[in-house]
Amino acid sequence: MEHSVVSATKFNAWFGDNHAVKNVSIKIEKNQVVAVMGPSGCGKTTFLRCINRMHELIPGTKTEGSLKLYDDEIYSMNPIYVRYKIGMVFQRPNPFPNLSIYDNVVAGYKLNGLKMSKADMDVIVEKSLTSAALWNEVKDSLHKKGTFLSGGQQQRLCIARAIAMEPEVILFDEPTSALDPISTSSIETLFHELKTNYTLIIVTHNMQQAARVSDKTAFFYLGELVEFDNTKKMFTAPKDARTQNYITGRFS
Amino acid sequence: MDARIRIRNIKSIVFKSVIMFLAFLVTIPLIVILIYIIKQGVMQVNWHFLTNVPAPVGETGGGISNALVGSIIIVALSSVIAIPIGMLAGIYLSENPGTKLAHYSGLCVDILQGVPSIVVGIVVYFWVVKPLGTFSAISGSIALAMMMMPIVIRSTEQTLKLLPDTLKEAALSLGVPYHRVILKVIIPCGFSGILSGIMLSIARIVGETAPLLFTAFGNPYLSTAITKPMQSLPLLIFNYATSPYDDWHNLAWGASFILLMFVLILNISTKLITRKWNIQL
Repeated sequence: MEHSVVSATKFNAWFGDNHAVKNVSIKIEKNQVVAVMGPSGCGKTTFLRCINRMHELIPGTKTEGSLKLYDDEIYSMNPIYVRYKIGMVFQRPNPFPNLSIYDNVVAGYKLNGLKMSKADMDVIVEKSLTSAALWNEVKDSLHKKGTFLSGGQQQRLCIARAIAMEPEVILFDEPTSALDPISTSSIETLFHELKTNYTLIIVTHNMQQAARVSDKTAFFYLGELVEFDNTKKMFTAPKDARTQNYITGRFS
Repeated sequence: MDARIRIRNIKSIVFKSVIMFLAFLVTIPLIVILIYIIKQGVMQVNWHFLTNVPAPVGETGGGISNALVGSIIIVALSSVIAIPIGMLAGIYLSENPGTKLAHYSGLCVDILQGVPSIVVGIVVYFWVVKPLGTFSAISGSIALAMMMMPIVIRSTEQTLKLLPDTLKEAALSLGVPYHRVILKVIIPCGFSGILSGIMLSIARIVGETAPLLFTAFGNPYLSTAITKPMQSLPLLIFNYATSPYDDWHNLAWGASFILLMFVLILNISTKLITRKWNIQL
């Protein structure tokens, strides 16, 4: 239990009057890939955005209960520090259109005004792009704008940007839903490599994807965490009838 | 049946011809003005014209250097006042669209834009000129800044509203604090739009005469003191064109030509800049 990277206890989140996340308790262990699935509007993205405190940026939202990064209460930490430690990759690739590929990777340092030598930066750029399986494709065009890349490459650039900050956890909010099948499969392959260094939490609509990439799966329904178990077990012998129904496609 | 279709086709053709003709018609005023001003003004312009103050009545020669320098100083000062305030207010409006403050502030901006320029001049006369006891370039700049601000605010707001929220989220998710997100991501990404708004607002005020009548007032000599009366191109045109002397009329034509060229160049370069620096999202 002491290995939990992210743990929630009776955690709740609201959008105004809409109780989007209800009483969620979950423990996510280090170096695992956790898939979060469920029908639209089930609170899975809201829960994800609570973990790096992006949820609170929308006016009229609030949270309650305990959410921890290791032993520290996330909602007592400085949100800026939380976001250093917990990176995020979004649904649509969103590289900074005004920055080059190189600057996009080190954007977390540059935009925060952290001073660093050129040599150190070069190392981070190469390391991060290599980890994101993008280095070979872009090493000769590092100073072109990031937006010249294809959608799948842009998404890997965003992954490299998150990796560059050396976070503990990387959150993915439906990272492949805007991508074609080939780019999707290259990103799924990447998840397997990334989990040796990071803990990944992936929100996905796609059950096959959850089955392919994750060690554990959490199923959200109407704001509740219905079931959280090993992915294999979830897909073969779910405990809860609602999980069973969802997996077999009886509702979506 | 055939006849009815033919009539409908004819109606379409007539309609299309009318809108084409009107679209052509609206280009004529500018063309006529350009031809006329160039014909009257271009002969006056030479190095002597640009570097000398107007000659007294009865002497030939003389130029508009005092008005040229004055216009540059007054417009530069207005920009220094209006651009930072306008940009920052525009950022607030685009970032907080639902708030009461944004609603009323936006309303005031729109109304301010519609206030007649002569009224702005009178107000600044009572606020600045009277307390200071003298006409001054700075009071003229304040009046022009009030006319410039609404344009800068609205163009900044419109530009930034077009940027996707995902851009801001990308920066925030990297732990970048809000003020740096705005300064390092949002403004650079909207830079071409903001800049073109600024340039258009300069083009808009550089020819304003009415707000300067009771503020900068005009000055027949070259002056760079911002607390003293100062000449400007539109004031020179107004004063000299209404004078009875032919030499002065020519000065006014020359000044009109310079002013028109300035506005024209500003407009064209704005178009070029937006095209060249536009960031592909």
